[in-house]
Amino acid sequence: MESIILLLFVLVLSIFLGIELISKVPSTLHTPLMSGANAISGITLVGALLSSGSNDSLTITVLLGTAAVFFATINVVGGYLVTNRMLSMFKKK
Amino acid sequence: MTFLQSFDISIISDLAYIGASVLFIYGLKMLGSPITARNGNLLSASGMLLAVIITLLNQHILTYEYILLGMLLGAIVGASSAILVKMTSMPEMVAIFNGFGGLASLLVGSGEYLNGTDENSFTLFAIYLTLLIGGVTFTGSLIAYGKLSEIISGRPFIYKGQQVFNGLILIALIVAGLELIWFQGVLTENMFQTIFLLIFLAFIFGVLLVIPIGGADMPVVIALLNSYSGLAACAAGFVILNNVLIVAGALVGASGLILTNIMCKAMNRSLANVLFSGFGSVTSSNESSEEQGEVNPISSQDAYLILEAANSILIVPGYGMAVAQAQHAVRELGELLEANGAEVKYAIHPVAGRMPGHMNVLLAEANVSYDVLVEPEDVNPIMETVDACLVIGANDVVNPDAKDNEGSPIYGMPIIEVDRAKTVFVLKRSMASGFAGIQNPLFFKSNTRMLFGDAKQSVSEVISEFKS
Repeated sequence: MESIILLLFVLVLSIFLGIELISKVPSTLHTPLMSGANAISGITLVGALLSSGSNDSLTITVLLGTAAVFFATINVVGGYLVTNRMLSMFKKK
Repeated sequence: MTFLQSFDISIISDLAYIGASVLFIYGLKMLGSPITARNGNLLSASGMLLAVIITLLNQHILTYEYILLGMLLGAIVGASSAILVKMTSMPEMVAIFNGFGGLASLLVGSGEYLNGTDENSFTLFAIYLTLLIGGVTFTGSLIAYGKLSEIISGRPFIYKGQQVFNGLILIALIVAGLELIWFQGVLTENMFQTIFLLIFLAFIFGVLLVIPIGGADMPVVIALLNSYSGLAACAAGFVILNNVLIVAGALVGASGLILTNIMCKAMNRSLANVLFSGFGSVTSSNESSEEQGEVNPISSQDAYLILEAANSILIVPGYGMAVAQAQHAVRELGELLEANGAEVKYAIHPVAGRMPGHMNVLLAEANVSYDVLVEPEDVNPIMETVDACLVIGANDVVNPDAKDNEGSPIYGMPIIEVDRAKTVFVLKRSMASGFAGIQNPLFFKSNTRMLFGDAKQSVSEVISEFKS
C-alpha cells in the first residue's frame, strides 16, 4: 500500500510538471510535440516486454505481451523517427 | 550472494528508470524552442532506449524469442511508415499511432489480468482503467483515422437517442468494472468472459465518442486521444507498479490535455460542446439561404497586378492548402513577392488544418522560415497596414461573423481579421460553403476578390505572371 501512495504522489507531481513544460511549447511546434509525446506514450513497451518474456512456453500472457510489444514498438520507433523528420524541416533563414 | 545480486539489479533498474524519466522531461523541455527541439527529441528517444535496455536485463524475463519477433516486426512497420508518410497525411499518422499506443496498454493490462494470481482491488481497478482507456483510445483513434483519411465520411454522425445509447453503454461499462473488481463470477463465468465483455464495451464506447465529431473538429479529438494514450500507459504503470510508465504516461496525458484546451479556446467552445454537439451536422437550411450580395471574381492576371504593387502581404493558409498540396507553390510565390520588395508573413490560426500545428509543419516542409509565421493576436492589431491578404483554403478561421453576428454558430471564436486588410484574395474551389456549412460574409465584402479554382493551380498561375 505504501508503494501505491508513493506512486500516486509521483503521478500527481508528473502531471503538474507536464502542464508546466508543455505550456511553454510554441504553437509552431505543436504537431512535432504531439508525435513526440505519442512516442513517449509507447513507454508501455516496458510493460509489454515484461509480459512477453514472462514464460518459456507460449502462455496467453506471453501471446498478448508479444502483440503489445509489436504495437508499442511501432509507436516508439515510428513516433520518434517521424518527429525527427518533421523537426529537421524547421529552419530559420 | 544471490539475494545481494538480485537486490542490486533491482536498485540499478529503478535508478535507470529515474534516469529515463529525467531524459523524457528534459527532452520535452527542449521541444519548447525550434532551435533545441530536434536534440530534445533525440534525448527523449535515448530515454526510451535506456528504459528498454534496462527492462531487457530484468531477471524476470525468461525468454527473448517472442520479444525479438515483436520488436523486429514493430520496428519495420513503424520505421517504414515514418519514412514514407506524406506531411499532409501527418494527422492520420498521429491518430493511428495514438491508437496503437492505447492498444498496447490494453494488451499489457489483459495479459496481467489473465496471468492473475492474488490481485488486490487496487491492481484490479488499475487493470480496469487500462482496458477502458486503452480500448477507447484504440477504436476512437481508428475512427479518427478513418475520418481524416476520408475512408469514412468526415461529417458528424448523429442519430436519435444517441445520448441515451451512450449513457447505457457507460452504465454497462461501470457494471462490467464492478464485475471485474469486486463481484467476480456474478455476471460472467470466467476471467475470459469478464475481460472480453469489458474490452468489447470499451471498443464500442470509443467508436461512439468519435463518430459524432466533424472533420473540422479533429484537432481537438487528436489532442484528446493523444492524452488518452498517455493515461492508458499511466494506468498500465499502476498495474505493474512501474514508476517510469507513470511519469511518462502522466507527461503525455498532461500534454494532450493542454493542447485540447488550447484548441477549444481557439474555437471559443467548451470541450463538452466539441464532443457532444455534432457541430457542422446542420445543413444550410436555416440561415445561409439568404443572398448576401455579389462576389467579385478576379483573374490571376489582375491578382498579379495588385500583388505586384503591394508592400505588405499576409498569407493565411487553411486545410484547403493541405488538400491541394499547394504549400510548395505558396512558398515560391512568397519568395517572388519578397524579391519584389514586399514584406511577406504567414498568419496561422491554431485550429487551421486537421491537427494542432498542421500548417506550420506543411510550411516548414516547403522551406518557409519559421520566424515569418505569426499568430492571430500578433497580426490583428496591424491588419489595416496590410496591403494584400491571401486566404488559401481557409474559411471559418477568417469568417467576420465570428465577431459581428451573434446568431452565428461560430460567434465568439477568435479569428484572423483579414476583412480589415486593404485587399483580400480568397482562393477557393467554388462558392460551396465551408465544412461547418456556415456562410462567410467575407466573400461578399467590397475589398474581397475571389480567385476561383484549385489553390495550387491558382497560385501557380500568379507565379507564372510574375515570371513573364
